[in-house]
Amino acid sequence: MPPIISRGFGGRRRGDAPPGRVPPGQYVTRDFPVLSAGPTPRTPLERWDFSVTGEVDEPRRWTWEEFRALPAEEVTADIHCVTKWTKLDTVWRGVSVDTLLEGIGTAAGYVIQFSDGGYTTNLPLADVRGGKAWVVFGYGGGPLEPQHGGPARMLVPHLYFWKSAKWVRGLRLQAADEPGFWEVNGYHNYGDPWREQRYWGD
Amino acid sequence: MAGTTVLGRLTWQAATVAGVAAETPRVTTIAFDVPGWPGHQAGQHVDVRLTAADGYQAERSYSIASAPGGTRVELTVVHIDDGEVSPYLTGELRRGDQIELRGPVGGYFVWAPGDGGPLLLAAGGSGVAPLMAMVRLRAAAGSAVDTRLLVSSRSWEEIIYREELERLAGGRLTVVHTLTASAPPGWAGYARRVDAGMLAQVGPGPAERPRVYVCGPTPFVEAVAEALVGLGHQPQAIKTERFGPTGS
Amino acid sequence: MDELMLDGNAAGGVLGEVFAVEMTTATMMCGGCGAAGPVGAMHLFRGAGIVLRCPQCDNALVKITEGGGRMWFDFGGMQTLEIPM
Repeated sequence: MPPIISRGFGGRRRGDAPPGRVPPGQYVTRDFPVLSAGPTPRTPLERWDFSVTGEVDEPRRWTWEEFRALPAEEVTADIHCVTKWTKLDTVWRGVSVDTLLEGIGTAAGYVIQFSDGGYTTNLPLADVRGGKAWVVFGYGGGPLEPQHGGPARMLVPHLYFWKSAKWVRGLRLQAADEPGFWEVNGYHNYGDPWREQRYWGD
Repeated sequence: MAGTTVLGRLTWQAATVAGVAAETPRVTTIAFDVPGWPGHQAGQHVDVRLTAADGYQAERSYSIASAPGGTRVELTVVHIDDGEVSPYLTGELRRGDQIELRGPVGGYFVWAPGDGGPLLLAAGGSGVAPLMAMVRLRAAAGSAVDTRLLVSSRSWEEIIYREELERLAGGRLTVVHTLTASAPPGWAGYARRVDAGMLAQVGPGPAERPRVYVCGPTPFVEAVAEALVGLGHQPQAIKTERFGPTGS
Repeated sequence: MDELMLDGNAAGGVLGEVFAVEMTTATMMCGGCGAAGPVGAMHLFRGAGIVLRCPQCDNALVKITEGGGRMWFDFGGMQTLEIPM
């Protein structure tokens, strides 16, 4: 049975989007919905670290101070959530993954993002290199709030936003792909919003 | 006894607005006629789905405020200023309009007179809705179960169902209000957030082994549940229904 | 305290689309810590899908995803589901 249209209901999503900015099936929102698969982690900065591990010549690790000493940049991006909201021109501050992986020796083809609380998501390694991904600690001009993934989260805007792990603690490079938290439960293994790759088989 | 029943799978059903009534300046009760409604238990909720002409959909959950009876389902909705669904439900809906409901949902947070008591019901703002279904059912059934309803509201004017609660109170139904933002001149009642001291005074105490239902915004529910456990109530005897951060 | 957290009760509608019995009073045993309790008392989070977590140890007991005319369930974190009939 097709859904009943409710007279006069439009929803909050509005914002006129410039053509070509909104992937198929998405609606532009002005607010920033908070979605979470679990309780908000509260790792104190003194205990926080970020690691690059797995099939690499030498694992790398940064404390918060070391991480914040790395060159950082401002990034403006449109973000697309698989639950159908799109937010245009979000402004972040963070460290490019290219910086974190600079000079690393690896034959790995895949990378797993892992976070406090156990969340994981998987990508081809090529999708986080070449200026496509950041580990961000700032949003909208201020520090990234815990509910939005702070102290640091991934930003991989060319894919649906579940591929940008909140509360990220590291990247594990692997020769083998390993579907992550949502990829094992129906969400598409790659997740390109422009080809509307939301679910298995899309 | 309220528990597991074999239902058949839930599906979205058409619900037609039969009436709209303001409870307070920001709170509205909408009565729906749902043909084929299987009936519900006091404390259950429905999921509401709205579809826009361009296919956009939004879903929310609302507790059923009406006592069981017929094919009528009443939902009490708070208007949230920058909300997506509540301004539509409270401001736009007219008699004859249609939405979709899925339910009734939830055999966990329910009470029927046969379950006995004593009852301690703690409501934060619109969290009073499912507890009101219980109170209305209790009245309709002529039950004499010892029931204490503690309602936390921002102000006197914002107390939902205030007059009906005044009429129903008495006998073994005690209604206690606390006002957290402002109180009328001469107010002699509680004027603070619910805390352990207030809960100990309103009772019943843990020795009476009351059935406890707490409903409202998540921070309210967490604070009340924690206070009750601190007073010695068994966690398993406390049923909670969190509404989320805004209580919508 | 997590403001976003709801009770398992909130998953009753979604579960009810698939299970013909009332699910919020069913009991789940956690595969992580062994704690058992009603589904209605589990901790529920909404991310890209619904996650039901054990109130004792936060282990993800159930994941529910819905979309494109399909639903997916992962009960891997749960050890046993007991449904009163």
